[in-house]
Amino acid sequence: MSKGNNISLAELKVGQKAIIKAFTDEEMSLKLLEMGCLPGEEVRVDRIAPLGDPIAISVSGYVLSMRKDEAATVLVTVK
Amino acid sequence: MTSVPGKPIKIALLGNPNSGKSTLFNILTGLNQKVANFPGVTVDKKTGITYLKDPLTSIQQEAEVLDLPGTYSLNPKSPDELIPFQVLCTSEPQNRPDVTVVIVDGSNLKRSLFLCTQVIDLGLPMVLALNMMDQVKARGLRINVDQLSEKLGVPVFPINARKKEGIEALKAGLLTVGKPTKSFVNLSELSSTPDETSIPFDYKTFLLSNQSFSAEPTKTTGHKEVKTEAQVLSSSLSKRLQAQETLLRYTEIGRMIDAVLSTTGTGRKSLTLLLDRLLTHRIWGFFFFALIMLLLFQAIFSWSSYPMALVESGFRWLSNEISLSLPDNVLRNLLVNGILAGLSGIIVFVPQIALLFLFISILEDTGYMARVSFIMDKAMRRFGLNGKSVIPLISGVACAVPAIMSTRTITNWKERIITIMVTPLMSCSARIPVYTLLISLVIPNHTVFGFLNLQGLMLMALYLLGFIAAILSALVLKLLVNSKGKSYFIMEMPVYRMPRWSNIAFTIVEKVKIFLFDAGKVIISISIILWLLSSYGPGHRMEDVEKKYGRAALLNAPTPIQQQENLHKAQSEKLSQSYAGLMGKHLETLIRPLGFDWKIGIALVTSFAAREVFVGTMATIYSVGDEANNQSSIREKMESDVDPETGAKVYTLATGVSLMIFYAFAMQCMSTVSVVYRETKRVKWPLIQIFYMSGLAYLSSLFIYNFLK
Repeated sequence: MSKGNNISLAELKVGQKAIIKAFTDEEMSLKLLEMGCLPGEEVRVDRIAPLGDPIAISVSGYVLSMRKDEAATVLVTVK
Repeated sequence: MTSVPGKPIKIALLGNPNSGKSTLFNILTGLNQKVANFPGVTVDKKTGITYLKDPLTSIQQEAEVLDLPGTYSLNPKSPDELIPFQVLCTSEPQNRPDVTVVIVDGSNLKRSLFLCTQVIDLGLPMVLALNMMDQVKARGLRINVDQLSEKLGVPVFPINARKKEGIEALKAGLLTVGKPTKSFVNLSELSSTPDETSIPFDYKTFLLSNQSFSAEPTKTTGHKEVKTEAQVLSSSLSKRLQAQETLLRYTEIGRMIDAVLSTTGTGRKSLTLLLDRLLTHRIWGFFFFALIMLLLFQAIFSWSSYPMALVESGFRWLSNEISLSLPDNVLRNLLVNGILAGLSGIIVFVPQIALLFLFISILEDTGYMARVSFIMDKAMRRFGLNGKSVIPLISGVACAVPAIMSTRTITNWKERIITIMVTPLMSCSARIPVYTLLISLVIPNHTVFGFLNLQGLMLMALYLLGFIAAILSALVLKLLVNSKGKSYFIMEMPVYRMPRWSNIAFTIVEKVKIFLFDAGKVIISISIILWLLSSYGPGHRMEDVEKKYGRAALLNAPTPIQQQENLHKAQSEKLSQSYAGLMGKHLETLIRPLGFDWKIGIALVTSFAAREVFVGTMATIYSVGDEANNQSSIREKMESDVDPETGAKVYTLATGVSLMIFYAFAMQCMSTVSVVYRETKRVKWPLIQIFYMSGLAYLSSLFIYNFLK
């Protein structure tokens, strides 16, 4: 994964940090924005559930969990 | 705020989930709480009374506190989240709260302030309760409260709801609240729309015109009323506006937080991080979950049996006393066999409900429940269930009644409905007496492969069957139940906390009350109807039996044993001549293909109240008296029963297994039916459940009977 490329949040590995760039699903983005997933905000993948889905991320000072298909709608740049 | 003396003021509590809102509500209202429900949705409406004291005049003011469901924003995305929006934006001023308390997690200031600033922009009188100040300190943070209050234009009260700190100041402050001094964001900054003139600058109108969400239950009358007030914007425009509003809000919040929040040093290392490493671990995570489930199962299955036995013997004593002290008439019969039997059938569930909710509220309160969702979600999702569905399903092995009440923790409506619909298929403890009687009747007590007991194997197979049926039914329902509105899994993973015992006690009391008063009404009515059906028959049938076995017959019997036998025969004949008996006989044509005779038909009718009644009914039919410890004599009588026409045994392997399968699947529990009604607030769901489960029972029994015959 080269630095600076836009990938989805679902593709990050545990411990990786990234900056939120954009959203691909408008309706989902409304919920994510309200929960503090804002463009320009730093996110970090804290944990992936034992069965591989969902994931838990640190964002805006707290831990948020979401399913992988939801995370796939968030485009990020790896830090 | 202008308060009229004597008239209670209305206070609404609003906040994110996990913000400490329930704790504050419990502190403010204490035991003065009641639960009703919001019209049209399956959301409980919790209200309570508190007293505010004016610090200057010392005059007490009564206040009604409304606990609104936790939400992250005023843009509703689920039926629960619709409620705060409806309450605050109602078009009827008399229903609007006089003051709103927005409670905020101080240690998570940025995200929590989002909802707060939305309420500020509605321009309604409000105060901000800044909770968890201990956590703020522990994290090495400092919040400048005065500056925050000045920048927001509303009074801010730092509190620590767990330790009841800052509550008096907050209560005193509630009496002098005015409207916010300014709005937080300027909506006119939302500019990039092609049609600028159509954007409403008043925030309430703005929210109303952005409403695209329609709650699942269609009777959201309140919502429709407020909706018509404002012109609803097109979906794409409103989504764009909402996104812009959120960004604008967070930009402003970020700017403000930079000014009011400072770091005083390094906070201690978070325990949550360490615990999560263990509790969501791919091996240890499941290990601990299994351990907790085992404990929970023990509690509702085995610990609860002692208080349950106490309730049952208490009622037995009471009905004996009444039987002895009242003359033998219809009233006594109704009291003992209708009302008391019904009451006992309701109260006997209380220990299980209390114990299950003890566990569940500890799991919720500590933050562990979110982790259950996290580790189980993928496995359960493919069946249309939620990670949290595991708890109701496992509890269902003890009893479906508390299990279904525990589905409240599932926030997704569709996943919750599916869980409710399939939980009664799990093999509950009421089926055990039926299974053990039938197994001992038709399954030989042999040992296979040197160590496996055939009877034990059969019992295990029945439990497995219940589980498989539940999972497969969920899969089918996933395709059939359609949900309006998008479902999200996006949820906060709260930090681990010690449970607050007072909150847990409040939850247990509340759940027990809901069950006793809401579900109890239905259960007692069905109990009385069943009593009527089994004590009365058409025409003179009952009187004829009375005559036949009347005083003369009893006196003619030479020994007390024969007197007793005559009495049992009379009971048996009365039952078969009653309406329930006739219904059982009429059922015979329908259930003959399953291998059941009319006697089983009667038992099917009477055990609609509860499955275990099967054994008692069999005892009455076979004239052995309905004392529960007569199992071996019932077994002998049933075993020797033959078909009067063919002379063949009634309880063959085929009939026995067919009957067990029937009891495994059929919905024969009025308590479950009424709890499903209470939890879904629709007649539709319990009806669907009765039909699909009975259909499944009928077809499976038909198949197995013909296969084994």
